Amino acid sequence: MFDWVKLLTLIITSLFFMNSAFASERKFNLGKIALKKEVAGWDIDVRPDGKGAPIGKGNAIKGEEIYAEVCASCHGDFGEGIDRWPELVGGHDSLDTHDPIKTTGSYWPYASTIYDYIYRAMPFGAAQSLSHDETYQIVAYLLYMNEIIEEDFELTEKNIGKIKMPNRNGFLLPDPRPDVKIINGKPCMKNCTVPLKIIGKARDIDVTPEENKS
Amino acid sequence: MKKYKLNNFKLNRRDLLAGTASLGAMTFASKSVLSDENKSKNLPPNLPEWTSELGEGVDANPYGMPSEFEKNVIRRNVEWLTASTESSVNFTPIQDLEGIVTPNGLCFERHHGGVSIINPKDFRLMINGLVDREMIFTLEDLKRFPQVNKFYFLECAANGGMEWRGSQLNGCQYTFGMIHNVQYTGVKLSDLILETGLKPKAKWVLAEGSDSSGMTRSIPIEKILDDCIIAWAMNGEALRSEQGYPARLIVPGWEGNMWVKWIRRLEFGDMPYMTREETSKYTDLLSDGKARMFTWVMDAKSVVTSPSPEKPILHKGIHQLRGLAWSGRGKIKRVDVSLDGGKNWKTAELHEPIMSKSLARFTFPFEWNGQELLIQSRAIDETNYVQPTIQELQKIRGVNSIYHNNSIATWLVSKTGKVDNVRLG
Repeated sequence: MFDWVKLLTLIITSLFFMNSAFASERKFNLGKIALKKEVAGWDIDVRPDGKGAPIGKGNAIKGEEIYAEVCASCHGDFGEGIDRWPELVGGHDSLDTHDPIKTTGSYWPYASTIYDYIYRAMPFGAAQSLSHDETYQIVAYLLYMNEIIEEDFELTEKNIGKIKMPNRNGFLLPDPRPDVKIINGKPCMKNCTVPLKIIGKARDIDVTPEENKS
Repeated sequence: MKKYKLNNFKLNRRDLLAGTASLGAMTFASKSVLSDENKSKNLPPNLPEWTSELGEGVDANPYGMPSEFEKNVIRRNVEWLTASTESSVNFTPIQDLEGIVTPNGLCFERHHGGVSIINPKDFRLMINGLVDREMIFTLEDLKRFPQVNKFYFLECAANGGMEWRGSQLNGCQYTFGMIHNVQYTGVKLSDLILETGLKPKAKWVLAEGSDSSGMTRSIPIEKILDDCIIAWAMNGEALRSEQGYPARLIVPGWEGNMWVKWIRRLEFGDMPYMTREETSKYTDLLSDGKARMFTWVMDAKSVVTSPSPEKPILHKGIHQLRGLAWSGRGKIKRVDVSLDGGKNWKTAELHEPIMSKSLARFTFPFEWNGQELLIQSRAIDETNYVQPTIQELQKIRGVNSIYHNNSIATWLVSKTGKVDNVRLG
């Protein structure tokens, strides 16, 4: 006896598989499917909402020790920056002045970015050598030095996406360019009114590398 | 390997250096511009030594290098700009180059954790996140995809960044040299995605490098699907290590920082990742303390490469002014040149080929009779955008921006032919 139910099921099932096979068809059959553990080893980014933050925790008290050990030689004991290495602390209320100081505290909009960057790129020359807990500790110490969290605040994967950074709303989107006067491709060609006084010469500033200084 | 009379050659070279080689050095400008100081014995009516001797045979240089007399044409950095050379930048000697192709060894370098040296056998490109299949590709896999060959300029967003407050560096190389232009060979990301599939929620891509800075940038999906490329070759040969060997990301017309070198991973997501590079760096601080974010496109810009601070005028009479123009929004439509500080302009000759998001070469003949000149150039692209003055930019953005200074520069030619980077105001 013909089983209509079975036939119908077969048709629906095959349609489903045909459809899904179509949706996921590989056009060139190149490359291989990535294993979960392969992705896990390389997918280290942490998003502003905390997605991607690995399980771990750390506070500023522990952070001070590890910071002194692996960060302070370039960034200074208090994040003040040695030589031309970046300052990490301070600079609050400096962004609208003639000498803005862009630190993790004064400029960086997300705590997640500090974690992401330290884990992937620091210490300079020993990338991805810190443990997750050590990274949380250093981030906590930086946030503490910038007076964003308390000394005993336990920073974890669960709350790193919720830290409110002082300059969180300091960024403008979208890009407003072209932002200069539109002149429809027809700029002045003759007797234009332009400033013609020489108000500065690079030669006088005298910072051009010697070999090329004329 | 047999070498013929190498000693003679060296002597001969020294003679030459004492004579004409100083043409390349800027000290020349202080000497009389008209005297011919070349005392070489190789000039007419004498027989040059290289004519009476055999030269080196084939394979003396299995990989050919520029002539010894061009050793002044090199990348240069500004030591005081950065704390270490591993996280630093140098500059393309655009004042010494012709046409629009930058030789591979002269393309400026910008590294954040030094140059990674990668055996191509160990290269893997991972694509993960909001795709139908998370996948891994070898370099050989990438080369089996349909390929594209495209010329594009790459400009650092900080090119000219030292000039926001005034003329600071006295060189064409140092003020405009964070740019290069090569032909890339690679695979379009829109083709790679045919292999992985794409989930409808995918709106952003995180591009990640495998170097010790783990360079990362977020790129909107529209750009990725439009014209982004994973490239493995530049100007016909494999990428140079300092340019991301064995493969890098190409983001045509957009700031160089996004062109992730030594690429290892592309993650598709539903929001930007807000990496260090796109928040604490490569954001444009305005005078009110707010900063523009995601300012990706490189606006139209041009520069006169000769005369320039490194290329003084050495002779009275006819000269060919030379320069480069480019736009991240498309093709260059026109370039104007002024010799009087922007009061009067004439349109320069543009040289074929003119390609979208590629350097364009312009020339302009002029007579010099020992008078002072204030040389400027301004580019107009196919969107009719006109390269602005620094005052126009400062009025809107202040002077703390660092990035995206595409303003018109001024070269002052003095009565001796010496050239200075100056600011008019």
